[in-house]
Amino acid sequence: MEALISLIVGVLTACGVYLILRGRTFPLVLGLTLLSYAVNLFLFATGRLAIGLPPIIDPNLAKPVGGYTDPLPQALVLTAIVIGFAMTAFLIMLALKARAELGNDHVDGRPDPGDRA
Amino acid sequence: MNPLVIAPVLLPLLAGTLLLLLRGTLSLRVRRGLNLTMVAIQILLATVLLMTVSEGDILVHTLGNWPAPYGIVLVADPLAAWMLLITAILAWFALLFAVRGTDTGSRHFHPLFQLQLFGLNGAFLTGDLFNLFVFFEILLLASYGLLLHGGGARRTRAGLHFVALNLAGSTLFLFAAGTLYGTLGTLNMADLAVKVAAAPPENLGLVRAAGLLLFGVFALKAALIPLHLWLPAAYASTSAPVAALFAIMTKVGAYCLLRVGTLIFGEDAGPVANLYSDWLLTLALITLIVGALGALSATELRRQIAYLVVVSVGLLLTAFGLGTPAAIGAGLYYLAHATFAAAALFLLADIIASGRGASLDRLTPGPAIPRAGLIGGFFFIAAVLIAGLPPLSGFLGKFLVLKAALVDPAWPWAMGLVLTSGLLGMIALTRSGSLLFLRADGRSGATPASAGDLAPIVGLLALCLALTIWAGPILGFAHTAAEQALRPQTYIQVVLGPTTRTEPR
Repeated sequence: MEALISLIVGVLTACGVYLILRGRTFPLVLGLTLLSYAVNLFLFATGRLAIGLPPIIDPNLAKPVGGYTDPLPQALVLTAIVIGFAMTAFLIMLALKARAELGNDHVDGRPDPGDRA
Repeated sequence: MNPLVIAPVLLPLLAGTLLLLLRGTLSLRVRRGLNLTMVAIQILLATVLLMTVSEGDILVHTLGNWPAPYGIVLVADPLAAWMLLITAILAWFALLFAVRGTDTGSRHFHPLFQLQLFGLNGAFLTGDLFNLFVFFEILLLASYGLLLHGGGARRTRAGLHFVALNLAGSTLFLFAAGTLYGTLGTLNMADLAVKVAAAPPENLGLVRAAGLLLFGVFALKAALIPLHLWLPAAYASTSAPVAALFAIMTKVGAYCLLRVGTLIFGEDAGPVANLYSDWLLTLALITLIVGALGALSATELRRQIAYLVVVSVGLLLTAFGLGTPAAIGAGLYYLAHATFAAAALFLLADIIASGRGASLDRLTPGPAIPRAGLIGGFFFIAAVLIAGLPPLSGFLGKFLVLKAALVDPAWPWAMGLVLTSGLLGMIALTRSGSLLFLRADGRSGATPASAGDLAPIVGLLALCLALTIWAGPILGFAHTAAEQALRPQTYIQVVLGPTTRTEPR
């Protein structure tokens, strides 16, 4: 499972980096979204990967049966998702505004030499 | 536990919410007054906090009374209190300028302004790495709104770059925080300092990688070379009071570099000790020169000032990179000066631009500004301040940094590059001053700037004068703050309690 998760994080990050280096706002938004997916998975994995374990320790048991999973990364991921969601929404609005005001969707607001409107 | 520590965070949040909810019911006049009062109360709070910690005490507030490494802590030490006071004072003058009419450019200027302060104050006070990320996002989201305030194609383009860069930076921050949590099992900065020093050798590579990722994130915020490219466009295209308020934004990055660099990766960090200082000094010195060259090549006054902000970041981080108490103390003094002087220049540039009709702030001969003598005089004082010429505070700060640099083996580099950048900055400002004021002919027909427009500028320049006059006590305080930052044991003990528990994960 560790290999699979790290592969997913790696591929998402690579795609994200490639996309944010593109010159148009739509790939930029997609790239940043992919990067935030990658980082959310990564944060989730920092608590060590476990399946079917409770995030709380039963105080009645002297020793947790079968271990427990770290609840903190889940809280961190939740925060990161909420913030990432808000930021993506803002960026999309800004990209639309830029499209309307600058007349094209290039991040520098200049049309390519090829396309004449 | 200590309400004084959390008050500077809660007050702007409450004020911002209030201003947002009451937009429909209160008139603009009342909301302006309310906002100014709230920022004034923040100045008061920061002053009280500064007085309380001025002897080197550290106040801790544990949120929800959860004990330290488990809950989130807010920590007020002299360094944090100093940053709070500078922010609050700067914000008040920027707001005083904004209520002259700039604040009507978009609907939510006043709430955003308070939320910006909420994020800034929180970032200075928090003692938790993930919480620092959250406060960064708050201050950034507010700053996106403020940057775009007023609208316009140029502002939108600069805003798009600013937002995209900072989102990428936030992702890096999360990767770094996640790596630190995954290897060390904590996010509390004091606890991190303890755990980093005791990290097993097989984890050192990861810890170092995470530390340098954080360095990259803070360098982006501080506009350190080569991550400074967003700054000139963003600062030059936004409205004047926002640009003035943003003078503190680069200092947030510098503050975090100092805080994390001394607390987590400080002298006591074992194999990763002084992780930041080598990088910091080299990059800061290059920043100085590149910033000065940018100022020289700028064709608009506001872009030139933005490059001078980059120069001031370079000098500030040179001081932090030297890493001695004398250098960091001088750096903290220079930080206050550079913030106020840059803000005054941004506000002045707006008045100059509105007085020149169609020429705006382009550095070409144009019509004469109404009341050119007075405004030119202010420009002269501000230029002397920011170029670091005697006898004002800029010179004192620069001189003290250079004096502290003499003990460092790299002192010829520091001396040479700081003085060269000072000379280049001076040439740039002289050129723009003579273009704007001496080679002007004809009348622009613009209405002359009123006393109310000039009041915030006078206030900011007077603050720099006060920094010069009371340099002794202020430097004494800055020295205390620097000493304390360099000896994080007290900080760690106060946060974690006398019995430092370091149980394995």
